[in-house]
Amino acid sequence: MTSNLRGKSAIVGTGHAGFGEAHGFTAYDVMAQSALAAVSDAGLKLSDVDGLFCTMMEDSMPALMAAEYLGIQPRFLDGTMTGGSSFVNYLTSATMALEVGLCDVALIVYGSNQRTASGKLVTASRPPAYEAPYNPRYPISAYAMAAARHMHEYGTTREQLADVAVAARAWAQHNPEAFERGPLSREDVLGARMVGDPLTVRDCCLVTDGGGAIVMVRAERAKDFPKPPVYVLGSAAESSHRQISQMKDFTVTAARESGKRAFAAAGVSPWDIQAIELYDAFTINTILFLEDLGFCAKGEGGAFVEGGRIAPDGVLPVNTNGGGLSCVHPGMYGIFTVIEAARQIRGDAPGLQLNNIDLALAHGNGGVLSSQVTAILGSGSAL
Amino acid sequence: MLDATGPDAIFRSGLANQEILLPKCADCGRYHFFPRVLCPHCHGEAISWHRASGKGRVHTTTIVRRKPDHGGDYNICMVELDEGVRMMSRVDGITPDDVRIDMAVTAFVGEADGVPAVFFKPAEV
Repeated sequence: MTSNLRGKSAIVGTGHAGFGEAHGFTAYDVMAQSALAAVSDAGLKLSDVDGLFCTMMEDSMPALMAAEYLGIQPRFLDGTMTGGSSFVNYLTSATMALEVGLCDVALIVYGSNQRTASGKLVTASRPPAYEAPYNPRYPISAYAMAAARHMHEYGTTREQLADVAVAARAWAQHNPEAFERGPLSREDVLGARMVGDPLTVRDCCLVTDGGGAIVMVRAERAKDFPKPPVYVLGSAAESSHRQISQMKDFTVTAARESGKRAFAAAGVSPWDIQAIELYDAFTINTILFLEDLGFCAKGEGGAFVEGGRIAPDGVLPVNTNGGGLSCVHPGMYGIFTVIEAARQIRGDAPGLQLNNIDLALAHGNGGVLSSQVTAILGSGSAL
Repeated sequence: MLDATGPDAIFRSGLANQEILLPKCADCGRYHFFPRVLCPHCHGEAISWHRASGKGRVHTTTIVRRKPDHGGDYNICMVELDEGVRMMSRVDGITPDDVRIDMAVTAFVGEADGVPAVFFKPAEV
């Protein structure tokens, strides 16, 4: 049965700022520039925003900081922090808040200057007490252990992991907004500096600056805006743990549940999806999520991505902007899965624009494979 | 242990006495880790403490690569104890490259930054 929230809200504006290096700007500056770009894209003003959905890496009260910075006084505020999946998760809370009239214009926004500020992941999060004594490197040690277990159980190879990064780069090479556009071969990935076995630095997402923003309204007024509306057909979340040591099965994520419910809510199945935007913090993520979302069977993800099958001209378009591996990764990437999915549907993707995209999937991951959120977006004809 | 009150304090007082104590639920009979005031399996509140067998297997593993002048590479792994619980730890006594999934290991109480913590060494065959 489809959800009674199916198609009730729509994205009418997207924006971004500070991709790559935003020298001289703070994280909140980049957040605000992204917000301005999105409201402008929607033909609105910041003063029209009465619902704010935001979290940042720096503070414990980032949503309040953001509202204050933007000079708005939102009547609905959601600052739920589930890591990088937060911004996909806000599609659900924004849809609910819009639908019941708690707000009329919802702004989802994020910004970071982690690259120019420190060159590494900035986080207010503290290491878990029962893991900290061993000094794991967060988050890579967690993802590396998931990759190692997947390789052990299913025979997934480092070459297959590398092919995820190679495919992402191939998409990024067409995208002028992407940070890394140089050539990248399987050998380059395998031969790069090992940072957390079995992952080399090229199996890891970028560390960039950047921000993104999305404006949403109720579907009934979505056609009154300059850009074609992109409808939220289904969104669903599931969280399984916080610390990697509490993950029950290192080869199965809660995306299996979030995906199942998002597809059911939207009334579509994986083979209906024309563009897939996954949170690829590490190459293993793409393999895990393709399996858990039902695009291939568990254990077959390695073979599924091998040899350009998810690259341009492959069998399935995955991470068409270049993903967190090659386009942008400012600490949390989730919002960019939604922005790229929406732009593919609108027909104004910055890189390779696929033909006639009516259904796209955005999948957010948060923590250390902890929070999984899946959203199905559609054009007006998919309603 | 008599002075300890909360589950974290009980576990740490065990380590201070060179003992690895694991919490077990009296209602469902299952162990859990990390220590907490309820059983995460059945939500029972009757938790008792038992000395761990110390026997386990490496469930998954990685190496933190670090420059030699920063201390060099070291192992991070998840060990599954015979009691059915997993904990993050490190296998000491062999090079990180020799730590393998499924290898049998034995627990001991060592120190991390001067504080007692559970580590493992390869099991003697």
